[in-house]
Amino acid sequence: MGLVTPDFGLIFWMTITFLAVLFILKKYAWKPILKSLKEREDSIDNALQSAEKAKDEMARLKSDNEKILQEARVEREKLLSDAREVKEKIIEDAKTSAKIEADKMISSAKAQIESEKLTALNEIKEKVVSLSVEIAEKVINKSLSSDKAQVDYASSLLKDIEMN
Amino acid sequence: MLKFKVFKVILLSFILVFSGNYMFSQHSEEHQVEKHSKKFNPGEMIMAHVGDEYGWHITTINEKHITIPLPVIVYSEYSGFHIFMSSKFNHGHSSYKNFKIASGKKNPLNGKIVEIINGKEIKPYDISITKNTLSLFISIFIILWIFLSVAKAYTKRKGKAPKGIQSFLEPLILFVRDDIAKESLGEKKYMKYTPYLLTIFFFIFLNNLLGLVPIFPGGANLTGNIAITMVLALFTFIITTINANKSYWKHIIWAPGVPWWLKAPPLPIMPLVEILGIFIKPFVLMVRLFANITAGHIVALGFFSLIFLFGEMGGAPAGYGGAVFSVAFTIFLTMLELLVAFIQAYVFTLLSALYFAMATEESH
Repeated sequence: MGLVTPDFGLIFWMTITFLAVLFILKKYAWKPILKSLKEREDSIDNALQSAEKAKDEMARLKSDNEKILQEARVEREKLLSDAREVKEKIIEDAKTSAKIEADKMISSAKAQIESEKLTALNEIKEKVVSLSVEIAEKVINKSLSSDKAQVDYASSLLKDIEMN
Repeated sequence: MLKFKVFKVILLSFILVFSGNYMFSQHSEEHQVEKHSKKFNPGEMIMAHVGDEYGWHITTINEKHITIPLPVIVYSEYSGFHIFMSSKFNHGHSSYKNFKIASGKKNPLNGKIVEIINGKEIKPYDISITKNTLSLFISIFIILWIFLSVAKAYTKRKGKAPKGIQSFLEPLILFVRDDIAKESLGEKKYMKYTPYLLTIFFFIFLNNLLGLVPIFPGGANLTGNIAITMVLALFTFIITTINANKSYWKHIIWAPGVPWWLKAPPLPIMPLVEILGIFIKPFVLMVRLFANITAGHIVALGFFSLIFLFGEMGGAPAGYGGAVFSVAFTIFLTMLELLVAFIQAYVFTLLSALYFAMATEESH
């Protein structure tokens, strides 16, 4: 058989078998193989993509958390400073009101003292008058007729006392 | 003009190949005639191994041939269909009914089955299951078995990592799909041609490898047979031509950017060259695969022949001494052939993909 002469029988069998193989492989081998390769590649792709997404999501959450924490910290700071202010104000108010009250009390006390003093003075005056009268009575009883000048003197004395 | 000359040479060789002038066999015959028939004849041995035969010759022990007989199927215009085993020919020594295997160095039908009608040898339509045909059947059986089971593994183990033979073949499948089909044809079109490209790649690769196995299921020179490579190239040619779009034909008949006097009558050189190119492309595919594989077989067998030639010339010691070198060289060559087996499958597939890409390229 010539090496370079295509042999009819072999061409015949090759054409038939190759067509059959091509058909069978295409339908029952390449189709499922290529399909599942594609599917696997797609699923790997998807998995990678979603991993990337999850990573982004994580980063986002983390930065959110950070932000919330920061806000909370600021809020706390604000609350604390507010509280401090309130406290100071309350103390201040308390102090002021206490002082007013105290002043009031002091002034009323003073007024009372004044009035008490006046009363006491008046009492003393009366006592003094009565004492003086008693004294004068006694003196008069002893020397009423003696000297008119003495009576005048006593009255002037009394007058002085009244002036006071 | 140099290009034109090259094409002329290719066209000439095309005519020579198909006109039944056996350049190769005539060349080797001249050597054979000089030698004594009893002596070891490397040319004959090599040609028998790379060629086809009606029975599968395994070995010869003490002048007794051990051959697997294969069915002969012939249709004669004179006596109709005949189916019988090749053992009826008794290794070409006897005839059966009116059929015999033609012999004679100068006989153009040498080695073929002929029917004797009125003393004349007439060639019937011969679709015998020859050695190469059986090898073809064995190889497609292996291919179908491998890939159908791999396909089953893919559907069964959906989305999981490949396992076993699946993981061995997956890189090759991905290689053909991504580096050949997708690379040449582009994202949009590659899926259409990938099944064909995968089929020819694995068909050629497996048969190249089987050709390197020296014992029974392998050993036939299938991808080094011109009929096989011709059918493969024809498939590529047919797919290219069927799928060719307008812009492909326009480039052939009236290539843009070429001066009008090169493509208009009376001397339309460019269209002529392009039309020749349509046929030269598959022709080159056919010859490249055939020549590479056959050459590999011939060289490997040549080194083996050296053992026996040394033995004949210098007795057994020379034969054994020669064997050491020959075996070393043959091992080296077989390694090389393993590489060639892959490269040729790759080149055939890649060029097919490129031809499809050229035929379906959108006009820019």
